[in-house]
Amino acid sequence: MFRNQYDNDVTVWSPQGRIHQIEYAMEAVKQRAASELSCASEKRSWPIDNHVAVSIAGLTADARLLSKFMRSECLDSKYAYDRRLPISRLVSAVGDKMQIPTQRYGRRPYGVGLLVAGYDDMGPHIYQTCPSANYFDCKAMAIGARSQSARTYLERHLEEFSDCEPEELIKHGLRALRETLPNEQELTTKNCSIGVVGKDQDLAIYSDEAVTPYLAGIDQTKRRRGEEPAADVAMEAESAAAAEGDAGEQTAWRRINGS
Amino acid sequence: MAAMNVPGFQDQLWGNGPSPGAVYNFPGIQMVLKLLSKFHQQRELCKYPTTTGTSVLGIKFDGGVLMAADTLGSYGSLARFREVSRLTAVGNNTVVGGSGDYADFQYLKSVLEQKVIDDACLNDGHGYTPKSIYSWLTRVMYYRRTRFDPLWNQVVVGGVHNGESFLGCVDKIGIAFEAPTISTGFGAYLAQPILRDALEKNPSMPLDQARQVITRCLQVLFYRDARSLNKSKKHLHGVSRVISRVMKNVLVKWNRQVTQQTLETEDSVPAGQQC
Repeated sequence: MFRNQYDNDVTVWSPQGRIHQIEYAMEAVKQRAASELSCASEKRSWPIDNHVAVSIAGLTADARLLSKFMRSECLDSKYAYDRRLPISRLVSAVGDKMQIPTQRYGRRPYGVGLLVAGYDDMGPHIYQTCPSANYFDCKAMAIGARSQSARTYLERHLEEFSDCEPEELIKHGLRALRETLPNEQELTTKNCSIGVVGKDQDLAIYSDEAVTPYLAGIDQTKRRRGEEPAADVAMEAESAAAAEGDAGEQTAWRRINGS
Repeated sequence: MAAMNVPGFQDQLWGNGPSPGAVYNFPGIQMVLKLLSKFHQQRELCKYPTTTGTSVLGIKFDGGVLMAADTLGSYGSLARFREVSRLTAVGNNTVVGGSGDYADFQYLKSVLEQKVIDDACLNDGHGYTPKSIYSWLTRVMYYRRTRFDPLWNQVVVGGVHNGESFLGCVDKIGIAFEAPTISTGFGAYLAQPILRDALEKNPSMPLDQARQVITRCLQVLFYRDARSLNKSKKHLHGVSRVISRVMKNVLVKWNRQVTQQTLETEDSVPAGQQC
């Protein structure tokens, strides 16, 4: 692995102008296999509020910490203002929280990337957050190990999402997710779950048996991607958000557990 | 005890220090505690309002909310300030009106103003709605009464958001409710029946009628409530806009015998004198 004399603390620069500890944390999101961290069937996306949910890639413990923070932020907003916390403000609060340990002596960055999906007055949103405390407002995004192929799929079909029906959007998500699987694996009820939130529709997360009808909707044998070296079992997160439309506005994101 | 005879030997292990096993009070702490308690004792809580405003009225009409209050700040029974505004716009879709202590209302007003500015600075397209302002005021009022330091107001919140009108009321101990007609202070006794009656007869009344009935209420209040004034300010919330009409005189006729009956028949207020 990497080793050098400038990676002892998050406050130390390398002569190349890099901060290695932060880059290592980013690697946790990119490559740490699910099997190293937790049992494969463990849930990796969960609700925050009726209008927000997260999927995670990286250290589960850090993700739980951040989720707890997000939940209390949402509750605070509901208590004080009787209003669902806007997604942009929620993510910005998370960003501020995550930034602090990237700049303090003796601390470590959060080792988790989040995919935050939600719906508010400004429409559907997908946000990606990183251990470096950057966050991005996305139309569609995939994070985690081998997520590049899912991103490629999403980018290829980006134009279609804006006027997709919810069902079709979920299919796109599952197909993108399928791209991330090792060659001999298929999407099953055990390794994926689907979350949907939209206009006048509270968040719903389908897992286990509930995803069966959605899995039946996609052709599992047809894969665009060719041969790929079998990688460690890992976790993927994928997300697709429709751009603004009217009643059919949906945000869907899907996630697979390595198994 | 031969050691006792050694010159310079101290049998006290730690002179003037804390005795082992006992609570030690650091020097000076007594004075600090005394000062602190004095500070706490001296802090006087507001036990009664000083400069007050009387009733605030509000009614929902078809497509909006109409709120009105007169412009008097009373100092006891003295009509001390004759042109103060007891209605304030919060953002572009909410109006807050306050009866009770005027200083506390000004405080609330300044906090709300700052909140709206902070909110606008985020520039993310989200903003306060009448409902969220109402909720926040409820929390603040209840928090302050819990600290035994209430804001001595009854606050009326009205507004329109996404085509939906909102009218709610919070009092100094945090009791909060929403209603299609709201009146505070003496208005709760004098104006509320008139407003309710009008709304019952015509649940989706047009603006003109709402204006008429509110004017009537202000008139009744001026005749009967000794802390009121025949100058008023009205806030009208149409769909996503706030318009204020300021300080038109309410029609007053002292020279006729005012009874409930004459008030009820006195339908036609000259057009020029309406708000």
